[in-house]
Order: sequence, then C-alpha cells, then structure tokens
Amino acid sequence: MPYEPVLLARIGKPNSAKLEGYRADGGYATFERALKEMQPAQVIDQVKNSGLRGRGGAGFPTGLKWTFLPKDHPGPIYLCINADESEPCTYNNRILMEKDPHQVIEGIMLACYAIKSRCAYFYVRYEYGDSYRSMQAAIDELYAAKLLGKNINGSGFDLDIVMHRGAGAYICGEETGLIESLEGKRAWPRIKPPFPAVEGAFRKPTIVNNVETMACVTQIMKRGVDWFKSLGVPPDPKNPRDAGSYGPKLYTLAGHVEKPVCVELPMGVTLRDLVEKHGGGVWKGRKAKAVNPGGLSMGFVDVNAPLKGSDGQTEYDIPLDFNGPGRVGCLGLGTAAVTVVDDQTSMVDVLHNVCQFFSHESCGQCTPCREGTGWMLKIVDRLRRGQGRKEDLDVLIDVADRIGIMPGTTICGLSDGAGWPVKTAIRKFRAEFEAAIKSGAKSQYAKSLDVVGAH
Amino acid sequence: MPTVYVNDKPVEIGNRKLNCVQAAELAGQFIPHYCWHEALSVVASCRMCLVEVGDVNPKDGVLTMQPKVVPGCQTPVRDGTHIVTGEYDKRDTSFPARPYDANYLKGGAPGTRAKKSQADTLEGLLINHPLDCPVCDKAGECKLQDFSFKYGRSESRMVDVKNTPPNKPHLSSKITLFTDRCIMCTRCVRFTREISGTAELMVNGRGHHEEIDTFPGRPLENKLAGNVVDLCPVGALGSKDFLYKQRVWYLKESNGVCSRCSTGCSTFVDTNKDIVYRLRARPNPEAQGHFMCDEGRYGYHFANSAERIQRPQVKADGVLKPAAWNVVTPQLKKTFTDAASASAKTVVGVLSPFLTVEEAFLYATYFKSLSADVRLAIGPVPVVGHDDTYPKDVKGNPVEPVKFVIRAEKCPNRRGVEAVIKHFQGSVPAFADVATESLTALWFVGGYPDKDQLAASLPANWKAPALVVAQDLFAGPITAAASFVLPATSNFEKAGTFVNHAGLAQTFDRAVRPPTEVRTELQVAFDLLGRKGLVQAAAIRAELAAAIPAFAHLATKELPANGVRFELATV
Repeated sequence: MPYEPVLLARIGKPNSAKLEGYRADGGYATFERALKEMQPAQVIDQVKNSGLRGRGGAGFPTGLKWTFLPKDHPGPIYLCINADESEPCTYNNRILMEKDPHQVIEGIMLACYAIKSRCAYFYVRYEYGDSYRSMQAAIDELYAAKLLGKNINGSGFDLDIVMHRGAGAYICGEETGLIESLEGKRAWPRIKPPFPAVEGAFRKPTIVNNVETMACVTQIMKRGVDWFKSLGVPPDPKNPRDAGSYGPKLYTLAGHVEKPVCVELPMGVTLRDLVEKHGGGVWKGRKAKAVNPGGLSMGFVDVNAPLKGSDGQTEYDIPLDFNGPGRVGCLGLGTAAVTVVDDQTSMVDVLHNVCQFFSHESCGQCTPCREGTGWMLKIVDRLRRGQGRKEDLDVLIDVADRIGIMPGTTICGLSDGAGWPVKTAIRKFRAEFEAAIKSGAKSQYAKSLDVVGAH
Repeated sequence: MPTVYVNDKPVEIGNRKLNCVQAAELAGQFIPHYCWHEALSVVASCRMCLVEVGDVNPKDGVLTMQPKVVPGCQTPVRDGTHIVTGEYDKRDTSFPARPYDANYLKGGAPGTRAKKSQADTLEGLLINHPLDCPVCDKAGECKLQDFSFKYGRSESRMVDVKNTPPNKPHLSSKITLFTDRCIMCTRCVRFTREISGTAELMVNGRGHHEEIDTFPGRPLENKLAGNVVDLCPVGALGSKDFLYKQRVWYLKESNGVCSRCSTGCSTFVDTNKDIVYRLRARPNPEAQGHFMCDEGRYGYHFANSAERIQRPQVKADGVLKPAAWNVVTPQLKKTFTDAASASAKTVVGVLSPFLTVEEAFLYATYFKSLSADVRLAIGPVPVVGHDDTYPKDVKGNPVEPVKFVIRAEKCPNRRGVEAVIKHFQGSVPAFADVATESLTALWFVGGYPDKDQLAASLPANWKAPALVVAQDLFAGPITAAASFVLPATSNFEKAGTFVNHAGLAQTFDRAVRPPTEVRTELQVAFDLLGRKGLVQAAAIRAELAAAIPAFAHLATKELPANGVRFELATV
C-alpha cells in the first residue's frame, strides 16, 4: 500500500495556504485544545516521547533541545525558525512555506506554548520571496483572526511571530550565525558555550528549529506519539547513542533524475527506491554514478560500490535515515536532499561546483575554513583545466580532513560540510580523478564558470 | 589550591578565571595566538592557539582528554584541567607524565594533534599571504614570521595564484592597510568597536576574499586609532608615521613614560642612533592598560625637531649669543646668587610639570640653598579641553565603563613636582600668581614640548623681571625675555620618575642621548650645586626617597616595571 502523505497532505488543495482552507481541514484545533487542556510541560513531553529529531540537518532530538532552556527563566525566551534553506538542491521547507504555511505556523505556536516563548522570529532566506509573502499573509490572517497577538483565545497566552528576511548567505543556516544575522550583525557563528538555549538571540535563551520540524510538531500534537512512532526506523540496538529515526520525512530529488520532486515518505526509504521509484529513475535513460544523500555537504555515495556486510547490495541501497548515510562514509542524512549525478558527468566538474559553493559561502571567520575552502577551489579549478598534479589529490584530502568542527579547528560545521564531499569524492572516485589528471584534458565547462569572485 | 597541568607541569591558578593561554603562561609555556588579546573580546577564530585539553572527573579522579583540539583562548581552565600544547615534546621532563587515558593516546603521542593543527593553520594563513617580508615593515617583529618559523612547515604546497586584493592607503590619514598581508584576526575591528567605540573598521566580503575596510566616507580617524597598528600581529596595518623609516631589528627598545598628558601611559621608545622613531604602548594595568593615544604616540617629534634650543645662550647687548657651558655655568651661578642675596623674597624658581621628580628635587635644593626665602612655584600647567574618555558611542558621546582616558592636563608630572615643592615650602604657588608680582629674578626650568601650549597657558599680564633664566626646549615668550637661555632635554633624553594623575610613580630609562651641547637638567643642577661625580637618576631618587616621606616608596633600587602607586594623601 502506498504511503499516504501527512505533511504534504494539503499541498495542491485549493486554498491550501489560506486560513479558511486550513480551518476546514481541522487546522488550529490542536493548538486550541493544547492551549485549553495541556500544560506546556505536557507538550514538551509529547514531542520528546515522539522521538522527533530536528529536520534541519543535524538530527538533534527536538524535545530534548527544548528542555535545555533554563528553568523558570524570568526574561523573554525566543523561538527562531530556521527557514534559511540554503543547502543546494533542498526545497522541502519551501513547499511547506509556500503551499501550507499554516501547518508550520501551528507548529510554531505549539512550540512557543511549550517553551513559554512570547515571540518567534521566522528567519527566511532572501531568495524565497514567495515563501516570505505566503508566510507573511498567513501571519496577517492569524492576527486578524486573533490567533496571534495578546491573550489568544482568552488563555492569557501572548504570541507574536516576526518575519525576518535574510540577505542570502548559507552561513545564516547555522543557528548562531542565524542569530547574529537576526540581531543585525555579520552572520559569524558564535563560539559555544554558551549555547543558544542559554544565551541566544539578543543574549536571551533561544531555541532554533527547522520549518519541517515545526510541521512535524503540528502532526505529532494532532495525531499522537504512537502514529509518529509507527513510521520510520527504531534505534539500532547495537548503537547505544542512536535515538532512532521516526516519523515521515520530506525527501527532495534533484540533479539528473527524470522527475525532480519533493516526496514525503517514512524515514528509511532506500536511496535506490527513492530515485528509481519516486524520481522516475536517472534522466535520459542513463545510469547513476554518484548520489548526494542529503545536500552537498553530506558527501557522495558511489552507486556502484558494494555495501560492506551485505551481499549483492551497493551503496545505492543504503536507507535514508539518520544513520544510513553514515555507514558509507557520508556525514549524515542532512536535509535529505538527494542529488543524482549521472554516469556521463565528470566528478571533477561536480567537485568544482561543490568547492565553488563552499568557498563562496565560507563566512571567513576561522582560518582553516576560510583558507581551506579557497585553496581547495583553486586546486580543483586547476584540475578542471587539465593542469592537475597527482599530489593534488592528497593535498585535497589532507585539507578536507583537517577543517571542521570534528577535528576541532573551526567554530561551526560549515567546513565539515565543505570537506566531506571533497574527501568522499576523491576516496570513492580516485581512479576517475587520476585518469583526468593523466589525460590533461580540459573540462568542457572550464570556461563557463569563473573562479568565484568577491561577494 | 586549584591546580592546572600544562605539559605535565603543575601550576597553581588560585581563584583566578583564566583561559588555557593564560594558564599556560603561568606555567612558563607560551601558546601562540593571533586573534586573542587580553583587552579584547574572545572570537577564537585564528585557530593558532589550538591545544589538547582534558579534565579530571571530580568523582572518580579519572583524567579524560578530549579527542579533538580546542582553541586555548576560548577554553577556561579549572582545578584538574590538563593542557597539552604542540610543544609537548619539548616539555620539562622532570615532571612525571600525567595518566592520560588510553583512548586519547590512541590518536598519537600527546601534543601531536595540536602541533599538526597549528602547522596546518599556519599553512592556511600563508596561502594568500604575499610573503613579501623583504619589503614589509613588520618583518622582524611579525608574529606570522615568528610563528611560521617556530611552529610552521618549511615548504609551501600552494602552487596556485594567490589573491591580490588592493592596498588601502586611504584607510586613514595616519594608517595604511596592506590588504594582502592581513590574516583576518579582526583585532583592529574589535578595538574600534570595544575600546574606542568609534567602530570605523569592518570586515567586508566573505571567505578568502574577506578584507578589512572602512565604511564609505568614514575613515579611521579617532584619537586612539594608532593602537590598531600595535595590535596588528602582521604587517597589514602600517603606521604612515613610521613606514619605511627603519628596519625594526635596528631599533633599540627602552621603557618610557609618555609626557603628553597626565595619564602617563607606559611606552616602549624605539630608537636608533639617538633618534626616536616610534612609540608603542607598554601594557601597564596600573597606568593606562594596553593602549595609548595618538597624541602621545605621534607626539615624540618635538624631540627630533631642528628648532630645539641646541646650546646655552647669554644675552649681551640685547642679543642672545651662543656660549659654552664652562663659561655660562659660573657666570650664571654668580649672577643668580647675587640676585638672591640682594633680595631673596623677589627671587622665584619655577619648576615645570614636565620635570622628573629627581630634577625638581635637585633644583629645589639648589634654589633653597641660596636662601630659604627664595620661592618655588610650579610652572604653567597646560590644560586643553576636557578629559576625553573612551569608548564612545556612534554619536561621539562617552560610554561607561570607561576604558581609556586622554586627560585634559597635558603634562606628565604635576603631582610629583607639587609634592617636591610642598616638601620644601609647604605651599605650592602657581606660576600665574607669582609672575604678576614685581620680581627681581626668575629661573624658569621648563622643558615644554609644545611651545604653543606653553604660550597659551602663560598669564596675559606676566611681567618679566630684570633677570630671567629660561631653560626650555623651544624659544618662546619666556626665552625672549631671558638673559640666560639654557637648552632643556626631552623626556626621552633622561631617566627619571613621573607621578601621574592618580599618584602612580613610574620610572623610565633614558632612550637617547641629548644633542651634543645639551646638558640634562640633572647635570646642570649638579653643576650649580657644585656636586661631583656621575649624575645618576637612581642615586638622586634614593636621596629623594630618604629626604621626602611622600616618596619613601621610591627607596627600592629597582622599581617594578608597572610603577609604584602612592598613597594618594601623601602626594
């Protein structure tokens, strides 16, 4: 039986973005019930018990994050919604914001009620004009309907939601970078501790959550913990640190697929199923060579490499849950944005594109990332022009390995994400890189893209 | 007592709140750093101070080291913190190795991660650095040079074209930016935001195309701007005043005290062949902190001025003519002694607030030796405007807490000279009060570095007596009226002690020799008193400490570098 979408259930319905339409589908009943019948702590417990993990990329348990706030804090507490969806090929938040903003806002309202926040900031990237407008329209509707503002439904609960448009920087998706940007400063991620839950926006306790997480909160509060836990993958008993991957997830397909779509599936669909069944397979009848399981920064999967410990399967068969990509050397599930690279595309060109992106988006605060991403771009650019040297590959791997929050050399995770595609591409497709260096051939795209300039 | 282990060496930190860099320094272990500065906020972005740390679990006493490197500047230490630096292999092996956990040792010997990370950071910093040390002013005192030599690798793996952002000489009238040499530590940006508060500097661009810049139409012009040059660990920010004047390894550094206002900033005086080339702030928490103002920093030029009075002059037939010291001294002594014996009450010795306490003491001794009735007065105290406090807000209004003050009183030692005068005669008359009386003789011991400031602080109705002895750096209204003009020395040309606005007495060393025919004030006073032997400021200081109870603190031969604070009531 095919999976019946929940988060995307209302997409495509007439009036899906309107309050009227949302109300007709039972919208805000959950919030109103929670407001009347539940204590904030009960909402936190329900989200915590559902096992919901953040949909932004890192997969941190949402309910647990909420409990990090100081108890009985006298001053304001803020909720920041991270809608700076900048990971390449990711557009699952966008669909929710454009087509079903009220589902997201109800989640925000529930979350604010749970963490006792009276003000939520909605940080949306500049490029998402439609999302900004539809969200703003939805918020305006709610103020008009007195579902936002002072003393909502006579419960004594006040809530304001403030839309904030970013200026289009990848680093604003990092939670402390987002907070700095929200405060009107340069989006340089902060050093931690203190973590945002203790000292965040405007130096007050702050929770930063993703848009899709908020939509999940709405559904968890509406349908209950058991429904949520019936979907997805339970924790790996062999890994005591695994919190499981429950619930539905929006996967986006991009790159060389026939149908680049956003599909909602329970966690744990395999990469092969996703591409072949839901994406209509690789385009132009070609075969896949490499796949990005969750946004560029997660690294590459070699479609033809055998999967360790399982007969006949390849890396293409890994499940897309929070653990799956890690089994084949990728950083994690990330944003679940699957990008397919077909077998006629040169990995050197792919890597150049990747390096250009991260070099352009490095905020430039920490030396290893600022210089490392720039250096990797210069090397790959040279490879692409047919002037590579065989030692370049080792330099690339060395640089990619040493930058990031994991070795401890940077403040935020951007450079882990910059290094991961480089090292996975070279480690998994080394023969192709070596052949390219040996042939000395210039990439057919070498002229079309300039080395990234100042921004 | 809380104890921290640095490369196995235990060091007690007391109840201070320290980071790893500071704790390691206590243990005698230097951790290289660029972005961290004691007076500025922590950004932990240069990633040069990477260390390995671990803590002891207070419950079971087991030491667990973190498997990754952490920035030392950002990591606080507590009792039982273990710090392993990249120089662990050069540690003092007399201390037994700490019980590092097996999991940690699996990643290599202690210190290998930190060492590699630091070398990697340096490799990164040099990727877009032009390596133009031969033409760079900073070469010789450049932290990028020093650390690359000590912690870096000897060869570069970078074969690609480097970024070449344009230089920015328009950054400020006093400061230029060699953009390509910058390592983006952002110390300068933080200084203008946190200390001066004027926030002229910013970071522009992103990633490896980042540059330090100013906002359009708002150049870096504030009275503390020169500090960004001191703060810059590399050759990016250059002082136009010093640029291409000297290679720094020719410079001799001596400890000075700034004479341009009563804050009395501790300075380093950089000289070569008896010429002062540069002043830098010498960190002194007792005096001014880490910084100094531009008035002081660029205010040394008077000492090198060609307009200075270079030799003694005696007025004959209404014209001042140069004379030799061996002629002038006896003649002067006789003339002044005669004046004092004729009418001691109308003879005044004026001691300027630019004199050291040693000089003031010897001159006062001399004047009082002529007659107890000879009066002492303090010279004009130049005051310009009001105390100027920093930081400021965007509109230029002062902001609390105050981090730096440029004082309105533009002299270094009013309090010291007043204390000396008070000791000799109880009261301290101002020059303005005595100068309007009808006097028979006036000895004006000046040393004013700014002749306009002196002229402005003279009372309009002062009357020059028949005999005026003027000892000063520059010709002015007083030297014009003088029968004897003696050259004075700048504060760089003598050793001595200044007492600042808060009663802090700081001694300083002689940085340069005075011009050939100039004798220091101490030497002149020695000659007048008929004393024999070498003139040593330290010996006079000991004499002074014994004679005047207020200065008893100065009795120790070597004063601490940060100075001695007086009981305010006694000075």
